[in-house]
Amino acid sequence: MSGFFIKRLLQAIFVVLVVTLFVAYAVRLSGDPALMLSQGAGSVTEEDLANIRQGLGLDRPFLVQYAEFLRGAVVGDFGKSFMGGTPVAQLIGDALPATLALALVSLVVSVLVSVPLGIQAAVHKGKGIDQFIRIISLVGLSFPNFWLAIMLVLLLSITFPLLPPSGWDGPISLIMPALTMAIILSATNVRLVRTAMLETLSAQYIMVARAKGLRDRVVLYKHALRNCAIPLITYIGLQFGNLIGGIVVVERVFNWPGLGTLAFEAIASRDYPVLQGTVTVLSVMIVAVNLLVDIAYGLVDPRIRTK
Amino acid sequence: MMQTALPSSAASAPATRGSQWRSLEFILGVLLTGTMLLLVLLSVWIFPDGGSAMDLSARLTRPFASWAHPLGADPLGRDVLARVLVGGRISLLVGFTSVIGAATLGIVIGLVAGYYRGFWDMLLMRCVDVQLALPFILIALTFISILGGGIFNIIMFMIISQWVQFARLVRGMVLQVREREYVQAARAFGVRDLAMMRHHILPNILGPIIILMTLNVANNILLESSLTFLGLGVDPLTPSWGGMLADGRTYMQTAWWISVFPGVAIMLTVLGLNLLGDWLRDRIDPTGKL
Repeated sequence: MSGFFIKRLLQAIFVVLVVTLFVAYAVRLSGDPALMLSQGAGSVTEEDLANIRQGLGLDRPFLVQYAEFLRGAVVGDFGKSFMGGTPVAQLIGDALPATLALALVSLVVSVLVSVPLGIQAAVHKGKGIDQFIRIISLVGLSFPNFWLAIMLVLLLSITFPLLPPSGWDGPISLIMPALTMAIILSATNVRLVRTAMLETLSAQYIMVARAKGLRDRVVLYKHALRNCAIPLITYIGLQFGNLIGGIVVVERVFNWPGLGTLAFEAIASRDYPVLQGTVTVLSVMIVAVNLLVDIAYGLVDPRIRTK
Repeated sequence: MMQTALPSSAASAPATRGSQWRSLEFILGVLLTGTMLLLVLLSVWIFPDGGSAMDLSARLTRPFASWAHPLGADPLGRDVLARVLVGGRISLLVGFTSVIGAATLGIVIGLVAGYYRGFWDMLLMRCVDVQLALPFILIALTFISILGGGIFNIIMFMIISQWVQFARLVRGMVLQVREREYVQAARAFGVRDLAMMRHHILPNILGPIIILMTLNVANNILLESSLTFLGLGVDPLTPSWGGMLADGRTYMQTAWWISVFPGVAIMLTVLGLNLLGDWLRDRIDPTGKL
């Protein structure tokens, strides 16, 4: 049984290594940071460039640099930003809470919306309400999240100036980005809830509960929902990668001061240590959530461990 | 951004009302997809200038106000309808070629892995593990921001990141099919491996592959528009849906229509494909396992 956890942990570590290697290699492909750093510094000799490279450790083989990056990353040291020399870890630490707040709020809102809707769809399977919810969720899967964000800004900031269009202007600024993400997430989650619920509702203990004469509401929310909570949490947990991917884009539209915006600023200014650090942190978060979900599932449901 | 329609087990939906909805879904899907495809393809002839003609007297014309510019004009006096239809070419080109590429690669690798098992199978499954856990949008942003966007790079990236989905699907189905009687019988008759895969296995697993292809075209159209919107995709001078939406943000206060119509075009196209994919899934795979 501990074999399963160890195997899963090793897999996660392997994935993190692959991701960081990809990213490190991509950054390396980007060209010579020494040239970028010395831009606008007037006359630069080849010797100056060599000095800069040596100072940054860029004269060593790629794998040595990668190992160095990993060694730093393990203790939370991602190097320094090219712009102003702020430690990357500090920049990430400043931006992380905004991203987490957005992720958490949109996830909670989405669950509150999609659980009742998904249950209704499952209960009235094949009927009008089920088809209606299904079409709505298909529509929700059919436009890009940034367009929804733009439409919300048009509606709620320009036509009816109720909410600030971008940036951080107090907690009120959280509403629109979170609403965007929640709508996009709900479109997927409604389908997940419906599928999980349909499976649960066909179980025998549900029939027993009904036969006992329990009211529908009690059967649904007390017996069925509890039992399909585990597969549901797993499905939603596995969506975490998509959630983060979506947030990165939505942050950009709303200029939300999180990791996504940090990454895009780093891309624009070719600040590769910041980009490398941000992508690494986000990837590790995704892999960690997937690992936790798997381990939790393995703890609750022993069948998974033997698969 | 990486939304994929997920399993729905509407499957054994009983009786007539369900199937009426089903045929409505199919008709709507065909109508939407067909209309958008036709309009975008015909735009070559309808708008020979590629939507780049500037009519300065028509700057910021409101939509539905004149026949010359039914969906309005942008601040340079370019016709929004023309640009939306012409811009669709990029999205459809990227959507279809990337999926054809990924499916071809995935089918070949999946067939080999499922048919021969052994080392290649193991290698494929490790790729699947990594692929399932990788935050691909982030990797895409990193790579494309460094290597540069452009249609070719985007398509290549989509192929590299999505062939695994097809390979996994094909492998799983080959494992089931290879033990069936008709495959055993063909083997007894001395059919060679290659012919076996082409004539006996592939035709029997084509359905689910087509579903996955349909949904992935939809998904990749969304992905391309997002990358281009972020400035990491197609060259901003080429009209494209994502690019128009990025432009439109500057004029949101004065010209809402520039931001609205490209998005509507994306939505109609992708919704059509999603409806078709959903309908197909119900037809081909009534157990809802996909």
